[in-house]
Amino acid sequence: MGQTITEKILANHAGIDKATPGENIWVDVDVLMTHDVCGPGTIGIFEREFGKDAKVFDNEKIVLVPDHYIFTKDELCHRNIDTLRAFAKKQNIKYFYEPGTDTYTGVCHVTLAQEGHNRPGEVLLGTDSHTCTSGAFGEFSSGIGNTDAGFVMGTGKALLKVPPTMRFVIDGEIGEGVMAKDVILRIIGEIGFDGATYRAMEFVGSGIDALSMEERMTICNMAIEAGGKNGIMNVDEKTREYVRARTDKPFQEFQSDADAEYYSELVIKGSDIVPCVAKPHSPGNYAPAADCSDVKLDRAYIGSCTGGKITDFIAGAKVLENNKVSIDTFIVPATVEVEQQLVTEKINGKSLRQIFEDAGCQPIAPPSCAACLGGPIDTFGRTHGEEVVVSTTNRNFVGRMGSKDSQVYLASPYTTAASAITGVITDPRKYV
Amino acid sequence: MSIIKGKVYVLKDDIDTDQIIPANFLNLVPTIPEEYDELGSHALAGLPDSYQPFMKPGENKAEYAILIAGRNFGCGSSREHAPVALGAAGVDAVIAESFARIFFRNCVATGEVYPLEVRDRLCDVFSTGDEAEINIEENTVVNKTTNKTYKTLPLGAAKDVVDAGGIFEYARRAGLCS
Repeated sequence: MGQTITEKILANHAGIDKATPGENIWVDVDVLMTHDVCGPGTIGIFEREFGKDAKVFDNEKIVLVPDHYIFTKDELCHRNIDTLRAFAKKQNIKYFYEPGTDTYTGVCHVTLAQEGHNRPGEVLLGTDSHTCTSGAFGEFSSGIGNTDAGFVMGTGKALLKVPPTMRFVIDGEIGEGVMAKDVILRIIGEIGFDGATYRAMEFVGSGIDALSMEERMTICNMAIEAGGKNGIMNVDEKTREYVRARTDKPFQEFQSDADAEYYSELVIKGSDIVPCVAKPHSPGNYAPAADCSDVKLDRAYIGSCTGGKITDFIAGAKVLENNKVSIDTFIVPATVEVEQQLVTEKINGKSLRQIFEDAGCQPIAPPSCAACLGGPIDTFGRTHGEEVVVSTTNRNFVGRMGSKDSQVYLASPYTTAASAITGVITDPRKYV
Repeated sequence: MSIIKGKVYVLKDDIDTDQIIPANFLNLVPTIPEEYDELGSHALAGLPDSYQPFMKPGENKAEYAILIAGRNFGCGSSREHAPVALGAAGVDAVIAESFARIFFRNCVATGEVYPLEVRDRLCDVFSTGDEAEINIEENTVVNKTTNKTYKTLPLGAAKDVVDAGGIFEYARRAGLCS
């Protein structure tokens, strides 16, 4: 019996030939990522348990990406960034993307990709549940808590249970006006909000192969929204090209064997996937966008690790070009690189930034997690009342964007932009 | 600890980490003692208003030692603030039909609360305010108010880690680290 890509990577990092689902194994960690919300607590655990003068296991394998609460007046948030700054200095951490300097990048999962920290075959853990995003690069990646992260910080090792793998085949390319977000919302809708708990989600098929790296990241990003331990995809020429343009570090490719054993398999025809939303208050609450035209909206939001990449803004701009938004529309690039691309990327000679301005969107916010998870009271785009929001983000829990009384519909950038024009949930296919 | 006694607070399915501790409190750092206590005062602050308040205003300890919930408790974020807020509020155990993976692991790693699974849908047969007694050795929970006994699933090796107060203390006692 062969092995899946997830089993092979974990076995490789445990120094064993074969990793069996259910088995607990110690693996070597290649990258540990933390940010401003969980970093100070992780550092607190590390210093409490290993000592104030202890050294991290490897100062080039810890990546600090403050991104959650950057543009706020909240003093504790500033204190937390100061904690990371002092730690980075004391430990001589090589990769610290420091707010207020030209090394600041923005949202951690997009930063990991664009700065070359995502590499096939590696094990990447992070103190954020959306760390599973990195699996789009053919690596094992998963979210952990502060205590586990504190342990990894000191030892470079983690005790992981090998997950069984669920295989998802997207057979054939998705249609015009349909995006990766629609693919993953459809999958979560089918298997349920906890349908992949403890398991690996492996996404394969010609429908996946046809997607850009950014779109693949959208799918792996939301593996956690079905409870998945990790999302993962095969490595192909697109992966290699993306990674090699960003790092010189060598990497090892793994592929699932043809006779690997899977927990389950779900095949969806690419052509059957339609623009959709997840209705409040669960990412598993699937409905085709076309069936929700009675939902009146107050706000549209394009941003976050899920929906704030350059491809997301290109999609949004395609829809908004020569149109006007009828509701408050918020644009939050995930990173500084994406923010710059809003100027350099053009559609019919017009920059994306200009298209958003001309369409009547709110002034573009600086890159960060912003209102995706509510946060401090002065967070850009945060809800404070009974707003009904269509959003490219990943969660629509009660109160997720700030107010317990607001309602969030998760959607692709196409659907979000089309709905911003009409003020109701709208199937975007007539706009693209 | 093998016996946990106290009042229960009952929750339904899919209680996510934003409901356990809303994101505006993530500026608090769990390893700073006064902020640990403050996290407790905000435990379950994100629940919809259809639930009765879990905490009394101005207090940082809840009157409930046990949570009883449905499926997928703790789904969402990896924020360790979630089990910490519950533990800091005085919750000793959460009994649920299933747990989200990262939350379960964070409960064990921190030793803050015992995450106990049950096959029965106890959130439909317990009411908030009922008195209950959990026996972790015998894998039972008794509703003292109705005098009915239910089976919990064995916590296995994770019990020893929670008993020790978390993964580091467990590892030291077991001679796995210094």
